[in-house]
Amino acid sequence: MTQEIAEYKTVKAEDVTTWYKAASMEAFPDNGGAAIEYKGLQIAIFNFSRRKEWYASQNLCPHKKQMILSRGMLGSEGEEPKVACPFHKKTFSLKTGNNLNGDECDLATYPVKIQDGYVYVGFSH
Amino acid sequence: MEKIIVIGNGMVGYKFCEKLRAKAGKNQFEITVFGEEPHPAYDRVHLSEYFTNPSVASLEMAPRSWYEENDINLISGEMIIAIDRANKTITSHKGTTLSYDKLILATGSSAFVPPIKGVEKQGVFVYRTIEDLDAIIEYSKKTKKAAVLGGGLLGLEAAKAMIDLKQETHVVEFAPRLMPRQLDNAGSDALLSKMEELGIRLHLNKNTRNISGDGKITAMEFADDSILDVEMLVISAGIKPRDELATACGLAVGQRGGIVVNDLLQTDDTDIYAIGECALHKNFIYGLVAPGYEMADVVVNQLIGSNDKTFKSYDMSTKLKLIGVDVASFGNALCENETHKPIVFEDNYKGIYKRINISEDGKRLLGGILVGEAEAYNMLLQITLNGMALPPNPEDLILGSRGGEETKMELPDSAQICSCENVTKGDICQAIVDNGFEDVAQVKACTKAGTGCGACNPIVKDIFNEQLAKMGKVVKNVICEHFDYSRQELLDIIKIKKVKDFDQLLDEHGKGDGCETCRPLAASLLASTWNEMILEKGKDAIQDTNDKYLANIQKGGSYSVVPRIPGGEITPDKLIVIGEVAKEYDLYTKITGGQRIDLFGAQIHQLPDIWEKLINAGFESGHAYGKSLRTVKSCVGSTWCRYGLHDSVSFSIEVEERYRGLRSPHKLKSAVSGCRRECAEAQSKDFGIIATEIGWNLYVCGNGGSNPQHAVLLAGDVDSATCLKYIDRFLMFYIKTAEPLNRTATWLNKLDGGIDYLIDVVVNDSLGIAADLEREMQFMVDTYKCEWKEVVNNPELRKKFTHFVNTEIPDPTMKFEDMRGQKKPVEWGA
Repeated sequence: MTQEIAEYKTVKAEDVTTWYKAASMEAFPDNGGAAIEYKGLQIAIFNFSRRKEWYASQNLCPHKKQMILSRGMLGSEGEEPKVACPFHKKTFSLKTGNNLNGDECDLATYPVKIQDGYVYVGFSH
Repeated sequence: MEKIIVIGNGMVGYKFCEKLRAKAGKNQFEITVFGEEPHPAYDRVHLSEYFTNPSVASLEMAPRSWYEENDINLISGEMIIAIDRANKTITSHKGTTLSYDKLILATGSSAFVPPIKGVEKQGVFVYRTIEDLDAIIEYSKKTKKAAVLGGGLLGLEAAKAMIDLKQETHVVEFAPRLMPRQLDNAGSDALLSKMEELGIRLHLNKNTRNISGDGKITAMEFADDSILDVEMLVISAGIKPRDELATACGLAVGQRGGIVVNDLLQTDDTDIYAIGECALHKNFIYGLVAPGYEMADVVVNQLIGSNDKTFKSYDMSTKLKLIGVDVASFGNALCENETHKPIVFEDNYKGIYKRINISEDGKRLLGGILVGEAEAYNMLLQITLNGMALPPNPEDLILGSRGGEETKMELPDSAQICSCENVTKGDICQAIVDNGFEDVAQVKACTKAGTGCGACNPIVKDIFNEQLAKMGKVVKNVICEHFDYSRQELLDIIKIKKVKDFDQLLDEHGKGDGCETCRPLAASLLASTWNEMILEKGKDAIQDTNDKYLANIQKGGSYSVVPRIPGGEITPDKLIVIGEVAKEYDLYTKITGGQRIDLFGAQIHQLPDIWEKLINAGFESGHAYGKSLRTVKSCVGSTWCRYGLHDSVSFSIEVEERYRGLRSPHKLKSAVSGCRRECAEAQSKDFGIIATEIGWNLYVCGNGGSNPQHAVLLAGDVDSATCLKYIDRFLMFYIKTAEPLNRTATWLNKLDGGIDYLIDVVVNDSLGIAADLEREMQFMVDTYKCEWKEVVNNPELRKKFTHFVNTEIPDPTMKFEDMRGQKKPVEWGA
């Protein structure tokens, strides 16, 4: 395993030092996600077009340590947007990264911004 | 401590102990129970099950450990031979002498053997104890032809046992009809024709004069000089109360047997009670278990000091399944000496006979008979017992099968629902209210309703549902928080409103953004209805991972590839292609349980390339990733096999190609066997086909998996076209009505009316929807396309198959290691 889970730490919008230009908006399917690679990290970016919202989180599932969350299914629980892991259907809030089933650990999340048709992810280093 | 001795460890003796321990204080009584049989009390009502499952343990009322746990001294295999009333002691044949304060005689009955010449011959048995049954089973190994003497309840049970023992079975009855105490002539005729269909030969009006044979039985001779050759005879002509102990110690017994008891079940010695089949109450012997339990209850009440309960004459209504035929008789069934107006319904084609007896003034139901269909039994019994007013058209009570619902009526709280455990409707409703039960199993565990003979289970469920409805607690089967509909309702919406898009469905009929439950469900419904490519027009966003990438995700995030190999038939050239592809992409290969080849360890970006090569070689998607048809397994069939009756391989290929790609509530598996040796294991499939001499037998709703279930016969000896027609209807009906992720077996288990109903819908077209179902299936067949071929030829779709969107490199974390010369993924998180 090249990445340890400890390498993924939530970045808040106000702490962003680098906006990484990940890919064009079209690279991300409607109501779905895709992964990008950044300095050895794998980040899942979600285009929740139904809500006109974008989210980013670690691509690593904290349960079985699989690089898979970008292939997860989007949805909502009440008002909370969420992603379900393809392996065992554990669900995580896209806003906070919190595990919504209340057991495993949470996801690190990252700020996303859209500019001139491109998707940017915010990092703090 | 008061010393209680129970003589007799049958069902009633056992129930007495259970009730006494449950109601009395812990140290109030010392209980000793004697049984002359070697086994603890067992369920004699279901004795005939012993012939198909010869296990004493499964018949036992409670294991021996139960008696220990409840501090009851059980002494089996010991017969009491004397009661000393003056000294209040009993003595066993082994010389044990014990004293009692109260003595309970629950000695039951023995089989009544009529005084016929030759009954002592070898091969003549009675049908009463497990030892009798063991002897019958052993003897039947040498015989082919058996008769049962007695056409009553027990006699017909015994006849069923003879059929199970593969005997040519005859039933001999003295009276001019079967079950003379419960049925009238027309009811007997309906039952008779059903019995004859099952191969049981009936001889009515036969007075047996002699049992002939040299040492062992070879024939029965009748008063009308006719003769029936048989090798075995089982006598089941009635019961004889076991009153010999009572007689010996001077207690009063009836002229024709039975220990005389009063309304408190006391004999003429107030310290000795008699309960069950040995007790003669108001000159009547109760040969059923429910009144025996009631007697036990009356005595227990006295012993614990609450004296208010007495035994009153007991309703002898019964409902049972005799050799698969429902037979019920309730209230005053025959009304031989009571003026009444009968209403009779007869369907000779289906073998149904129903009769209800209405009082002269037309206001009350006196009793009746049901043969062949007895669903209305509980309701009719309650109307009779509670003297409820009849509806304006009382014939509606039994004419439900004519169309429409049978009239249901609100029962009073006092209505006794479970006669074995004496549970009223009020008890059931109260248990639901007090404990907040939401599962009928909890209600049964709490009240014990339905735990005896089980005949009241349907009405218990009805009352349960009614009560929940009254409390506003009907748990509706909705899909999830986003759709307030069941799966079936959502499917109807999609069809009627012609919805083809998930967002539209959500906007117009749901709320929120969907989730991992409703999205794949909607995807399946859309596919089952419109059969459009599942990854186009935004539908990829609602597919489960496997469907989204048309491959099964494996540990480590790689995928497996399964090309379709219809019927398991494959040419060497195609095998070579699979080998070459596997080698080129370094894929682990394994033969699957469904007669095809699985290639593991493909990375996501390799999938379209791998499939391109396979499709060019003539393969297509195997849909191993979908909730859809997997494989139709086959044996080699008549083309090669010396036993084969038909070409199972050709038929399995035809079946597989007809239903390939069909999306359904769960995965579907099938198989075709060329003869009854069943090498393809068709009876463990969702639908399985087995060749017969003249056609195919179609079995449905079987599966392996965590809860294996045998498939059941839907249609027998049908030709290929009819077989496919029935499968079309069956599958479409399943797709339309099943709950989410229910396999066919689970679906059938929940289907009201079970397999009979399913046969009615599929074979007899009772709902008039067969043509629609066939048309819908034909649409699916006509619009089938290989999904992988479409992806391979569509550059837009191909683009999705990549791990990163900002670099060409594959997932650097994916790791494999070696095992037996092939690769395997490293363990989770390694």
